[in-house]
Amino acid sequence: MGILFEDGNFSLFYHGFLQTIELSAISALFALLLGGVLAAFRVSPVPVLRAFGTGWVMVFRNTPLTLLFFGVVFALPRLDVHLSSFTFAVMALSAYTGAFVCEVLRSGINTVPLGQAEAARSLGMGFGQTLGTIVLPQAARSVLPPMSSIFIALPRNSAVAGAFNVPELFSTQKAFDEKGYPIFVTFFWIALAYLLVSFTVSAVFRVLEKQLAVAR
Amino acid sequence: MKARRTVAAALSVLALTAVAACGKDGSPNASSGDASAAAQLPTYTVKADAKLDASPVWANAKKNGKLVIGAKADQPYLGFEDLQTNTRNGFDIEIAKMVAADLGFKPEQIEWKTVVSANRETALAGGQIDLYVGTYSINDNRKKLVSFGGPYYIAGQDLLVNKDNTDITGPEATKDKAVCTVTGSTSIDKIKTYGAKVTAYDTYAQCVDKLLTKEVDAVTTDDAILKGYAAKNAGKLKVVGKTFSTEKYGVGLKIDDKALRDAVNDALKAHEDNGDWKKAYDATLGLSGSAAPAVPALERY
Amino acid sequence: MSTQNATVLYDAPGPRARIRYAVAGVLGTLGIAALGWYAYSRLADAGQFSGDMWSVFEYTAVQQRILDGALATLKAFGLAAVFSVVFGTLLAAGRLSDHRWLRVPTTGVVEFFRAMPLLIMIFALYRAVFPAEPMWALVIGLTLYNGAVQAEIIRTGIQTLPRGQGEAAYALGMRKTQVMLSVLVPQAIRSMLPTIIGQLVVTLKDTSLGYIITYPELLYAGKLIASNTSTPDGYPYIPMVLVIAPIYIGLCLALTALAKWLEARGRRGANRRTSAAA
Repeated sequence: MGILFEDGNFSLFYHGFLQTIELSAISALFALLLGGVLAAFRVSPVPVLRAFGTGWVMVFRNTPLTLLFFGVVFALPRLDVHLSSFTFAVMALSAYTGAFVCEVLRSGINTVPLGQAEAARSLGMGFGQTLGTIVLPQAARSVLPPMSSIFIALPRNSAVAGAFNVPELFSTQKAFDEKGYPIFVTFFWIALAYLLVSFTVSAVFRVLEKQLAVAR
Repeated sequence: MKARRTVAAALSVLALTAVAACGKDGSPNASSGDASAAAQLPTYTVKADAKLDASPVWANAKKNGKLVIGAKADQPYLGFEDLQTNTRNGFDIEIAKMVAADLGFKPEQIEWKTVVSANRETALAGGQIDLYVGTYSINDNRKKLVSFGGPYYIAGQDLLVNKDNTDITGPEATKDKAVCTVTGSTSIDKIKTYGAKVTAYDTYAQCVDKLLTKEVDAVTTDDAILKGYAAKNAGKLKVVGKTFSTEKYGVGLKIDDKALRDAVNDALKAHEDNGDWKKAYDATLGLSGSAAPAVPALERY
Repeated sequence: MSTQNATVLYDAPGPRARIRYAVAGVLGTLGIAALGWYAYSRLADAGQFSGDMWSVFEYTAVQQRILDGALATLKAFGLAAVFSVVFGTLLAAGRLSDHRWLRVPTTGVVEFFRAMPLLIMIFALYRAVFPAEPMWALVIGLTLYNGAVQAEIIRTGIQTLPRGQGEAAYALGMRKTQVMLSVLVPQAIRSMLPTIIGQLVVTLKDTSLGYIITYPELLYAGKLIASNTSTPDGYPYIPMVLVIAPIYIGLCLALTALAKWLEARGRRGANRRTSAAA
């Protein structure tokens, strides 16, 4: 178990851990934004935007994340988009996670009583206002549980980035393995790190759920 | 909903039939240089009476009527799987074939298995493969786990750059440059000592693609591998040609099977002496434009 | 469904709104089209649509390999699907057990495997247990993770069943195991079937991680094809993605369609039974 504290391994592990957290946090933010926009598209009065939202969700929800990484990492440079591996990873993860966020938000919108939107409209609010200030804030409550599964899955999914030149925890696992350490010991430490991340995310969502529950 | 279901079913059926229908046979044509080279490859006389009962691995292979050889699948001119013809070619493959012939196995009795670098030792120790021939550098650490016949080729770590690149003249010039290599290779540690910024993917082709789109400045690994990529992307890439390590390629086999190790060495010796080694080189690695080096001396132990 | 929402969220458009929507529609179409055209033309400039890039997919041997890859994907998926639902059922039963010694460890197992990245699991299993059998490393990894997720789904399903179901079974003198396995679990699986199949779609997609441990599934085949085909314009990674992705999407949509069909059929069946009883 002591391998973590020899031969500069701790710094490798620590940086991997930070990178996983950073990657997950930034992707979560963008996924939330993207998911919000896509959900708005999917319920918008403009058919083209609806079609775009539907298409996005269909493609990105049904494509393996690894394949998406291949697409981003190898196709974008051909479009003269040259960015760091980290940025590519953020793009792939947010594009993927955003599709799931969109679906959760959309079903959340469905749970808001019709009267709310009708009342908003009768006050003269437009589509954007109705959605942004009346419906979405209320939808937030019912979407929290499915949202928490999505954001617990995100750090887990971020491991795929390790195969695309982002030095996060999966890379750390591979690096330790190549150094010849027993896989069980390596697995122990990596697993511990992911459990920590996962429990933190669940804890945050539990707090959020409590807060919103009081507001009701 | 019904419409969507039909569309979904149609899509998947379409995808699968598109894959299955209307195909070209993999006949050698102008576009695949390897196939035309195959004509010049030497053929090896199979020693049908080969007998090596002292080696349990050999005895088992003979009983099964097939020799399982581990190789690489994605290194042009070394260990390469031509997917259009479903054949393997390259210098490592030729070495494997000549050794197999002397052990009494016809080419069609060889079962090829793609084994990645990280798994070579476990595959040999666990008996999933009988021999491994795939840019396998002999070193003391590995000798604790497996035995080596050979060396049959001496390579060295080098750099592959774009043709118009004049800055990178050797490893010293890679400081703060983006250099790509594959995960799990010893090349990573070596190039890091020169201060290069290392990018790592899991195949060389990914690195080479990144070099072509100029996202990395160089690709590093053994020159033998780099030469293959330079030749495949002729006119765009060049090998710097200043090696900064020595990699002796050996034939990996189960540790302490001395009988098999000696037989592999005898086979290598015989084919080096009768000119097959040179012919094989010219028809594979030689296509990358560099002349055959001197045959390395075997290191028997 | 979305049109229903839509009418809740905004008034039926009047003449000016209709014009506004039309303008937005045209602009949106133009924007998307411009983006698509830009991507297409840049890729075409980069030679991504040249014959060299695509001709590799014309060879029967290559097509065969993609087909074999798809079959390998389906095989790993099939095994993992069955195992994960069975494993999930056992875990769910364990979590609902009256015995603390069973409940606590199963809860721990579920929480652990739900938190662990599949890639990390698969890689560890491959290196430690199945160096020669990447398929089993993949299948077991998928089973552990998806089993834990299925367990939670089935548990929720059991908890939302009417309490009378369990009570009636006990009243008939059934044992705990019998109540669980022959009364509660089948109903829970039935009511949660859409969610369970939704998770199976995730399982299907995740089989693609097998490429990391050299299991020759669909993505592995695609990657090998792309890596071993050098063209004057580089390696056909983009064509590979454009060929492989639709196959995955098609398979996933087919699975989703199956879920919908089963759901509809299940409803029909239930109706028939109630009407027969009445």
